[in-house]
Amino acid sequence: MAAVDDTTIQTLKVESPAREAWRMFLRNKSAIVGLVLLTIIIVVTFLGPLVYVIDPFDVAWAPFTPPGEEATVPWGTDYLGRDVLAGIINGGAATLAVGASAALITIVIGVTIGAFAGFYGGFVDEALMRVTEFFQVLPPLLFAMVLVSLFSPTLTTVAIAIGVVSWTQTARLTRAEFLKIKQLEYVTAARSIGAGNSRIIWKVILPNALPPLIVSATLIVGVAILFEAGLSFLGLSDPNIMSWGLMIGSSREYIIDSWWAVTFPGAAIFLTVLSVSLIGDGLNDALNPRLRER
Amino acid sequence: MTETVLEVENLQVEFKTRNGIARVLNDVGFSVQRGQTLGIVGESGCGKSMTALSIMGLVPTPPGRIAGGQIRYLGEDLLAASESRMRDLRGNEVSMIFQEPMTSLNPVFTVGEQIAESVRLHEGLNKRDARDRAVEMLKAVGIPAAERRVREYPHQLSGGMRQRVMIAMALACRPSILIADEPTTALDVTVQAQIFDLLKELQESTQTAIIMITHDMGAVAEMTERVLVMYAGRVVEDGLTTEILTNPKHPYTKGLISCVPHLEAEPKPERPPLTEIPGVVPSLTELGTGCPFAPRCNEVLPKCRSDMPVTEQTGPDHRAACWALDAKGAAA
Repeated sequence: MAAVDDTTIQTLKVESPAREAWRMFLRNKSAIVGLVLLTIIIVVTFLGPLVYVIDPFDVAWAPFTPPGEEATVPWGTDYLGRDVLAGIINGGAATLAVGASAALITIVIGVTIGAFAGFYGGFVDEALMRVTEFFQVLPPLLFAMVLVSLFSPTLTTVAIAIGVVSWTQTARLTRAEFLKIKQLEYVTAARSIGAGNSRIIWKVILPNALPPLIVSATLIVGVAILFEAGLSFLGLSDPNIMSWGLMIGSSREYIIDSWWAVTFPGAAIFLTVLSVSLIGDGLNDALNPRLRER
Repeated sequence: MTETVLEVENLQVEFKTRNGIARVLNDVGFSVQRGQTLGIVGESGCGKSMTALSIMGLVPTPPGRIAGGQIRYLGEDLLAASESRMRDLRGNEVSMIFQEPMTSLNPVFTVGEQIAESVRLHEGLNKRDARDRAVEMLKAVGIPAAERRVREYPHQLSGGMRQRVMIAMALACRPSILIADEPTTALDVTVQAQIFDLLKELQESTQTAIIMITHDMGAVAEMTERVLVMYAGRVVEDGLTTEILTNPKHPYTKGLISCVPHLEAEPKPERPPLTEIPGVVPSLTELGTGCPFAPRCNEVLPKCRSDMPVTEQTGPDHRAACWALDAKGAAA
């Protein structure tokens, strides 16, 4: 037996689960489209302002200039004469930052509550799930509006508000994974070598619960971006920082006269959320062993 | 002079169920000496695994509860020990290998990381030293190309290999007691023999006491010095393995022994090709006052159905709990 193994092992490639998932991800065409799209959006957002140096709040040309008419403002101007292209380039940072940090807050709250509820069960589970249900029955947009208007509308409060209203799904998903995984034999085996509760929660169960959580995290980024756009559309965002939602919100009354001032930021939001969703879908296929065979 | 590492006395474990309280362990007692192997045999559901979990302090509570008795490790009462003390003992002094090597390893970590984990928890070794120990352990359990295997994930190993990894994990801190819960049930017969040899070899070099839980009388004969036969949460017979295999007293033990299929024996009327003990293990919530084995026993007496048999000394190192012994004793 030993002789056979020695020779075969040399040809066997050691591949970690993460690597294998990455390989599966790269096989998925739409996921790659999403990844390329998101990369372009991120590059434009962070390098664009260095190349296209125009303040998005400055009056750049006559108001209501349509795109393509004037070379200095290739994508036209809005009702105040502000450059739409400069707005798109500069507004991405706020939108992406709020989307990402809101998703992070969502995940931290959701995973912590879900993990404790699922792992400890009993009274802890009951109490935490009632809290979760309380947050779940509140209309999220209204609740977020209340939170943002209670405090001053800055990017931080917007991100926190979005995080606080949308963690319930993540908590339920994490709890379900924990309930399933905590009964598996390797958890008992980990206990039998002397691992304590916190070690078992964070180092044994959580890594095994990650695949569905990663997928839902990507989708949460998309939802958070939409949420941020919605809030700034309603005027509940920092008016001193350009964002795509703010652009749509401020130009919405002039949509008949200048369609471009609303459509371009709308398209930017659409493409960003689409790219994030495609990546999430690709990750789902890559991380879910049942879907791999398709 | 051998040293007693583990003593269990009058252990009682109860489980709350919808149909009332089920007493899954009743008056279980035994002791294990350093370097010795004790076998615990019985059918599924007779309390073997629960005995193991009780020693590890891993009885799921609730619904389970240790209702009484004592478990002493080198004189220390484990039932009174704090959770943090138990964490120190688990893996370090008392280890366990599980029945299913396929599901007892964490799929997202390499086998090396998992072996190293136990050493890092108990001996505070750094990453590099822990990894070296993991390689050393993999070599000790006979895994070829250990330096390479240490970086592999459980799904890349065969069942026998994984059980070897489990053994390496359990023995990494050189515990005094190793509980093997049906370590070979999920493995091929040829691999079974290898695992038994490995366990015996490691036991000789480390003087670890092994508690071997099994339902296979062949494994008992192969591995153990002493044996404990359990039925419905009770010890029905215990003593030296050689003594029990050649001269079983309890009808249940006789039944278990006759169930071992013989390759060479010609099927005869008194030994059909496959023997079985008729019936199934009774539900623990439905036990009456009599001997739990009475409904399936072929030597049953009227007394068996009403009174619980008392454990009696039947030899210098051999005890059994059966009313039929008395009847025979009186007749003889």
